[in-house]
Amino acid sequence: MSVIIVMLVGSLIIAGGFLIAFLWSVKDGQYDDEYSPAHRILFDDTLKDKPIK
Amino acid sequence: MSVEIIDKSKCYHCGENCTSDSIHLENKYFCCDGCKLVYEILSENNLCTYYDLNNNPGVVQKIKIREDKFAFLDDEGIQQKLVQFTDGKQTHLTLYLPQMHCSSCLWLLENLHRVNQGVISSKVNFVKKEVYLVFDTAKTSLRKVVETLTAIGYEPHISLQELDSKNIRKTDKTRLYKVGIAGFCFANIMMMSFPEYLVADGVVEANIREVLKYFIVAFSLPVIFFSATEFFEIAWKGLKHKFLNIDAPIALAIAITFGRSLYEIFSHTGAGYLDSMSGIVFFMLVGRILQDKTYQSISFDRDYKSFFPIAVNVVVDGKSIPTQIDKIKSGDIIQIYNNELIPVDCILSKGKAEIDYSFVSGESLPVLKEPGEIIYAGGKQMAGALELLVVKEVSQSYLTNLWNRDVFKTKEQIPDSFIHVLSKYFTFLVLGIAAIAATYWYMQGENRLMWNTITTVLIVACPCALLLSSTFTNGNILRLLSKNKFYLRHPDVIEHISNINQLVFDKTGTITQQSNVKVSYTGKALNDSEQLNIASLLAQSPHPLSKAIVEFMAKKELITVENFKGTEGKGIEGWIEDKYYKVGSHEFIYGKSSHQQRNSVVYIMIDNDVKGEYKIVNNYRFGFNRLMQTLKDKFTVSVISGDNDAELSRLQAILGKDADILFHQKPDDKLSYVQHLQQVKMKNVMMIGDGLNDAGALKQSNVGIAITENSNNFSPACDGILDATQFSNLDKFIEFAKSGKQIILMSFVLSILYNVIGLYFAVQGTLSPLIAAILMPCSSISIVLVTYGMSELAALKNGLNKT
Repeated sequence: MSVIIVMLVGSLIIAGGFLIAFLWSVKDGQYDDEYSPAHRILFDDTLKDKPIK
Repeated sequence: MSVEIIDKSKCYHCGENCTSDSIHLENKYFCCDGCKLVYEILSENNLCTYYDLNNNPGVVQKIKIREDKFAFLDDEGIQQKLVQFTDGKQTHLTLYLPQMHCSSCLWLLENLHRVNQGVISSKVNFVKKEVYLVFDTAKTSLRKVVETLTAIGYEPHISLQELDSKNIRKTDKTRLYKVGIAGFCFANIMMMSFPEYLVADGVVEANIREVLKYFIVAFSLPVIFFSATEFFEIAWKGLKHKFLNIDAPIALAIAITFGRSLYEIFSHTGAGYLDSMSGIVFFMLVGRILQDKTYQSISFDRDYKSFFPIAVNVVVDGKSIPTQIDKIKSGDIIQIYNNELIPVDCILSKGKAEIDYSFVSGESLPVLKEPGEIIYAGGKQMAGALELLVVKEVSQSYLTNLWNRDVFKTKEQIPDSFIHVLSKYFTFLVLGIAAIAATYWYMQGENRLMWNTITTVLIVACPCALLLSSTFTNGNILRLLSKNKFYLRHPDVIEHISNINQLVFDKTGTITQQSNVKVSYTGKALNDSEQLNIASLLAQSPHPLSKAIVEFMAKKELITVENFKGTEGKGIEGWIEDKYYKVGSHEFIYGKSSHQQRNSVVYIMIDNDVKGEYKIVNNYRFGFNRLMQTLKDKFTVSVISGDNDAELSRLQAILGKDADILFHQKPDDKLSYVQHLQQVKMKNVMMIGDGLNDAGALKQSNVGIAITENSNNFSPACDGILDATQFSNLDKFIEFAKSGKQIILMSFVLSILYNVIGLYFAVQGTLSPLIAAILMPCSSISIVLVTYGMSELAALKNGLNKT
């Protein structure tokens, strides 16, 4: 068998991996809400102190 | 230290204009106590980041929420319907918060556990405006969680409709899966078909070519048996109803392409067209996704149930017990509080009723009711608490009956889009060409070529270009319109809009603005102290006209009036600074009612001397005049209102004498008026309304558009929701929708060019996979580019593109 077939199978496995990743992300709900995750990451974890009086 | 510049005129919480600078905390100013209260809660809990993320992120809190409003949430029956999961320790539920609008909201709601320790976690779905909550039932309760949310300014919307439908609005993800798989297979098939495109032999060994073909067949299976299934399903559904929709020829073409390709590959006579087939399936699915993108936070299907509260207090033995609305029986005594909707037809037994019927009937002014009078469901109490005797149950009340009319029965609609008609002609034409070519080859005795021709012509004949141009155009038009705050329920609405030739406007709330009134004074001049005295006197009256005048006079500090007497619905009189002031209706001042002057006029009399009159008129929406001048030239325009005819002359001046301007119209009359226009005058009607009173007419009309001051607000069932600020652009939107049809036709002509090239090869029986593989992406991509470019251009031309 030619090496091309080996390459082909290799490339299909890689591409298949991406397909699975895509299907997984859809199932996981990554496309349900495009707004919150993008903003959530910008929030600080620690709370600021009370405003000084 | 940095000095923060504080804007005194704007509320720190919500950004509303502050009428005075009296409400403040340290150096922060608020428009009302409600806003200040929210700020206090947040600062107590160390949550002031809320105000740092965005300026004035809050929602105005002017309307106070009654303390035990959510008492009904202690009822287990109601709890069960709301809660998604509970094991006695933890409870999970999703609440709809229409106020959600910015990243501050997101931040605050996900930090809810800092305000209420019982909340274990809260997760926001911003697109749906929902928050998913998990709370500890030992530390807090459903009622307390809802009260916490309300206290920080996010009152959940809990309605009867959502209770009934269990409120699970699932998004359908199958199409995304289908596109993902089709795209994957398409790309791989394209790659593996590449050797086939190279004409010269020897570049790729023959046995490798053979192996690749079997790979291609394997990859085409998921495309045809998973991704393309919806074309077959829709086509079958259409055929069952004896209707040839656009999916039928597409399904036929896909099936034939697949069959022929399999035959070629397994009989070693060719390479098939599986690359083109999977490509076209992929592009068509992408187009459909773009077109059917839904607005998840907007609901177009509201009926009366979503306007009703889910429970009211019923008085039993002197105690008030929260009861679900559908369990209320006639004869019960219910309590209704300020700013609440009356859900059933009932008789007023205790309290002062000032009922705002604008939503139900279109009357612009609240109606005063005395004990003993009947109050219909749908009215909103504007002043204080009431006790009412229920006459009819919810399911039999006036408002509910409105909904049980035939127009609201959902009937299956046959799609009547011109796309389907066009595709039908297109298909017949191509079938004709196939027949002619086949006969020709048959006469020549070339049997093999005849079959070749028939199949390839059918492959080319697929009206997928038409489907692509319509879905991509519609998708982009919907997107551009929604950017301009005009949300359509379905892509078909675009075409319906382009066909209308008659517009019907509701008055109250649609062309007038509820809160925005114009007050004018005619008569003898009043000096400052007289004005102050009148304002102070009127401040004692709850009547909406008095309130409007007081607001108009804008006196900062009113004096206290002690000796006054109000006659309900008529006027108010009193002694101020040794002068006798009498303010009220014509009847109140002159002793008899006037026939010329309708309501909305308030007369002023000081010491038996009639000084003058205040006239209160509703302001028309910004740009109404210009809009009507443009629309009048192109369409027939009429106005239909449930209100009195006080504004007749004003509207006639704008619309012209010939226009239909109807007043005192009940919801039923509005519906039959639209019906009359459609059936007798053969018009395509666009109805523009806002309230429940327009609901029937909105549904009956070809295109029903609801106007809303705030897209979070509740609008009746309709085909489109238009933000009130964009009202004056309605003519532009109609023009833009019209250009949609032209764009589809234009890109269709372009795609026919590609089809002619394809047919040229097909009738000769020489359509090679290479030609098909070049034509398919070329036509698809150029159609996508043309439709996108043209619709952007059309939007620009109509002045819609805002940044």
